[in-house]
Parts: sequence; structure tokens; C-alpha cells
Amino acid sequence: MHALEKTLARASGKTQVSAGEIVLAEVDLAEVNDLYLQVIKSFRELGGEKVRHPEKTSFVFDHYSPAPTIKAADNHKKMREFCAGQGIPHLFDIGEGVCHQVLTESGMVGPGTIVVETDSHTTTMGALGAFGTGVGATDMATILITGKLWFKVPRVMNIVFEGTPPKGVMAKDMILHAIGDLRQDAAIYKAVEFSGGAVREMAQEERFVLCNMAVEMGAKAAFIAPDGTTLEYLSRYGWKGGEIPATDPGYEYDSVVRYDVSSLTPRVALPGSVDAVSAIPGEKITVDQVFLGTCTGGRLNDIRTAAEILAGKRVAPGTRFVVIPASRRIFQDALLAGYIETLVNAGAVLSTPGCGPCLGAHEGILAPGETCVTTSSRNFPGRMGSTEADIYIASPATAAATALMGRLCGADSL
Amino acid sequence: MNIIRGRVFTFGNNIDTDQIYPGRYLELTEHDEIAAHVMEGADPSFASKMKRGDIIAAGTNFGCGSSREHAVITLKNSGVAAVVARSFARIFFRNAVNLGLLVVEIPDLGDLGLRDGDEGELDVLRGVFAAPGGSRTFAPLPPHVLAIIEAGGIFRLFREKGAGVFG
Repeated sequence: MHALEKTLARASGKTQVSAGEIVLAEVDLAEVNDLYLQVIKSFRELGGEKVRHPEKTSFVFDHYSPAPTIKAADNHKKMREFCAGQGIPHLFDIGEGVCHQVLTESGMVGPGTIVVETDSHTTTMGALGAFGTGVGATDMATILITGKLWFKVPRVMNIVFEGTPPKGVMAKDMILHAIGDLRQDAAIYKAVEFSGGAVREMAQEERFVLCNMAVEMGAKAAFIAPDGTTLEYLSRYGWKGGEIPATDPGYEYDSVVRYDVSSLTPRVALPGSVDAVSAIPGEKITVDQVFLGTCTGGRLNDIRTAAEILAGKRVAPGTRFVVIPASRRIFQDALLAGYIETLVNAGAVLSTPGCGPCLGAHEGILAPGETCVTTSSRNFPGRMGSTEADIYIASPATAAATALMGRLCGADSL
Repeated sequence: MNIIRGRVFTFGNNIDTDQIYPGRYLELTEHDEIAAHVMEGADPSFASKMKRGDIIAAGTNFGCGSSREHAVITLKNSGVAAVVARSFARIFFRNAVNLGLLVVEIPDLGDLGLRDGDEGELDVLRGVFAAPGGSRTFAPLPPHVLAIIEAGGIFRLFREKGAGVFG
């Protein structure tokens, strides 16, 4: 069995499961974010009175944080009341950060746990060896009532990154390269495991980027086999430990795809589609706003990369550089390390840890005709505001180089 | 619900949830308000030209992107009778079943030459979709999934049977 199959088997009280089988599994950690007042509405409509496992339930206010409208404020208020009434101890209020980052720092997620959140990027949890998947509000409401959810055991595809990436090439470049090659529906109903020398050498923060973006190929879950790097991260954030499921030798993957990243150059997803991936275009593309942040581009490593590129320099006139740490903890670490001071001195605009303008809710919405380079995960038309704005997805290094030059460019060209 | 007849509106591949329901309206929670923005990101005029009972036909990976249940709420409450697509993103598919929106996967839908305004007929039990350009067969949904959709979603069934509703 694959480690993810062992995880689903354990959680559903079985010794063996296989791909295609439907299992009813105990959820170890459920998370609701602030887009989802519908969870509480569905909970009531389903006849829910008491949350089954308050201690395994969390709420994170990240998409509208702090509340930009009266309606969003009222949604927060109703969620706070729900948590208080149900005795839910893990309410991460405004400014704690993006749900996925908050949970990986919570000590509640580790190898073999089942994490379900009301957000598609829950695949991020696979970088800690967990089974993490996103659901909608009504599925979540059934978890709150029963503590369980049904899953179809997925087949697993294996993406192998070999080689040492050149300087200035980051995990975001690798995963964009893979999505561009395999396309955005390559992994529907499947899980994606990342392996290979380039992944083994990768910092934990970068591994989250691979697993996070797996959902942009349609993946149900992602996975990286836990190793010393994983365990070091887990112990730093207070994971109490537990059995670590490992994939059996001879497990047959749905497919295996290999990439050698030793000569990879910075990649971008062109406006409109995450799988329209290319090298950085040769023509001059003037950029109005650069956004560095989110659950796939706002970690300490990302902020450090930007600070190194912008140290002692200024953001180009006419370009706005919005920086949003993915969590309060990252914000504090970046402050201590001096990265925030470097970036603010360079002209960056800092905002509250959370999702920022990634989904077009607040803190940097785009006007018609504007061009944005972002470290976030999606560039569908209208994702960050106007449907007539152009959004390029790029790595933090490319984003910082672009902020410095005012035009789309890679850090390798500075 | 065995036979659905309605006008077809066609959409392409990778219609994501931002196109079905733009993120700027996510703070809305009343279902009628949510319905007013149906498919606005893909076609701002869709809400004004569609009628209750119409059918959406799309390519691959319909409903990809965010997990927002608003995407299903807006389709269902605006009166879209069914979505047929070559394939669906999995979170959208789960949400659709939970809320009672009929979703049917027809892998070879693409070469049927559908055009906006065509009359489509979906035979849910036999697994046949017919349109002026011909017909395509598909694997009917499992009986317990159809039962959930026919009940308008899992709500009443769940109240009666708990997690047993999922078969």
C-alpha cells in the first residue's frame, strides 16, 4: 500500500484498502475558514446540534482579515459565537495567517493524520506526510456532526524532480514547469507524490509549495515522504509524534513522471491559466503591482529571498510591491531577521498575515488594464479583481526582481 | 427527474469556480443573492439570458479551482437543471451531489457539436444525452448518489440516516 492508503486504512478501521474503494474515515483535524459561514448554515440544516469533536475542529479567519466590509465582519462575528457556543478551542482570529500555514505551525498536523479544510489548497499538508484534502461547506458540516467523511481511495501519481536547480530557481518554478507540461486536469481524482533528489534537498518551506500547487493539476491530496527535514520542522512546532506510515516497496504508481531541474530557468504562468507556463517572455512587460504572499509564496524563505534582492535598493517607480507574510509567526521571524525593515525601506507595502489580494477580496485588488506579478497560485480571469487585469504567477525571486525593475524579469537576469 | 429537457448553454474546458462565481461576491450568504451572479466570470450576460431548466454543457475539469460551495449554490438556485461535462473537478462534484445539483460526466461530449440554444435531453437512468447533433451515452450515476440528488441534496436523508446516507 501507499503511505496515503495506510493513512486512510488506519482512519477507517481497516488493515487494507485499495484505490477506488470508498471508506468512511475519522478526520483528525477539520478546519473552517472565514469564507464559509455556509458550514454553520449547513450544520443546522443537517440537524446538527453539537460538534462531535470540538478539540479536533478549528476556525481560521484569513480570507477577509481584518474584515473589509460589514458583511464580512458579521460573518466573523457569527463564527466566533459558534466557536464559543460549541467549545471549539482552536479559533485563529484575524492576523494569525493563512489557514494552511497556521495549521502546519499548530503542532496538530503530522505524518499519517487526516486533515480536511474548506479550502482546495489543503493538499499543502502532504508535505508533512499527512493526507490533506479540501471540501465544500456541506461536507464539512457532516464532519462537524459525525467526526467522519467518506473518501474514494485515490490512485497516486509520482512526480520525480532530479538534479540541483540553478540559483534563482525555486520550488514554484519546478511545479509550474510540471503543471505546464502535464496540464491542469492531469491529476483529477488522484493523489500526487513528489520525490527525487531535488525534493530531498529542498527546505521544508519549499516542499509546501509543491504540495500546495498539486491541486492546480486537480489533485485530491499530495505527499512527500517524511524525512529528517520534515521531522525537524515538526519538532520545532510541537508535533507530539506518532507512527509514520511508509509506502511499501513495490507499490505500483498510477504513473511516474521525471524532470531534471538542473538546467531549469525561471517559469511564469501567463495570464488566464495556471497551465499556460513559459520561460519569462522576451518582450518588455511593465508591471503595476507585485504581490509576494499566500500559502504558496509568503513563507520566511520567500521573504528572505525578496529582502536579499531588494537590500539597499528601491522598488521601481510606478510599481507597487505588496508583501504579506503567510502567518504571524513568519511575520515575527522576518521582523527579527531584519527582512521586513529591508523591504519597507525599499518601498514595499506590508499588510496583515492572511490571504491578502489572492482571491480579490481586499488589500490590493487590480483595476482594469493593470498587470500583476504574484507568488500566489491562481490567475484565472478576475481572480484578483478586474477580469481585465493580467496576472502572471511567478516565484518569489522573480517577483522581487520584477518589483525592483518594474518589468517582468527573473532574478537570474539582474 | 428521470428525463431532463432544456436549452443548452456551452462552455469550454477548465471553467473554474471563479468563472462560475467570482470571488468578489464570496461574502454573500443568502442563496437568492448568490444566484444573481451565476457564471458571471465566464459570461456576464448569462444570468439575464438563462431560464430555469436550462442545461450547461462544458468541457474537461468543470468546477476546478477553489472549494467554494457558492459555485453550486449559484447554479442550483438560478435554476440550472443539470451540468453535463467531459470531466469535473472533484470538490465541485462532491459539493454538487451534497446540494442536489445534477452533474453528469460524458467523456465524449466534445464531438457532439453542441451550440448555445440547442434543445438537449438527458435521460438520467438510461444514461443517454441527446441533442440536435446526435446522442452520447454515459455511465448512470450510482443509485444512492441519484437518490441524494433527487432528494435535493443530503439534508433530509442525513437527518434520517446520518452518515449512512453515503452508502
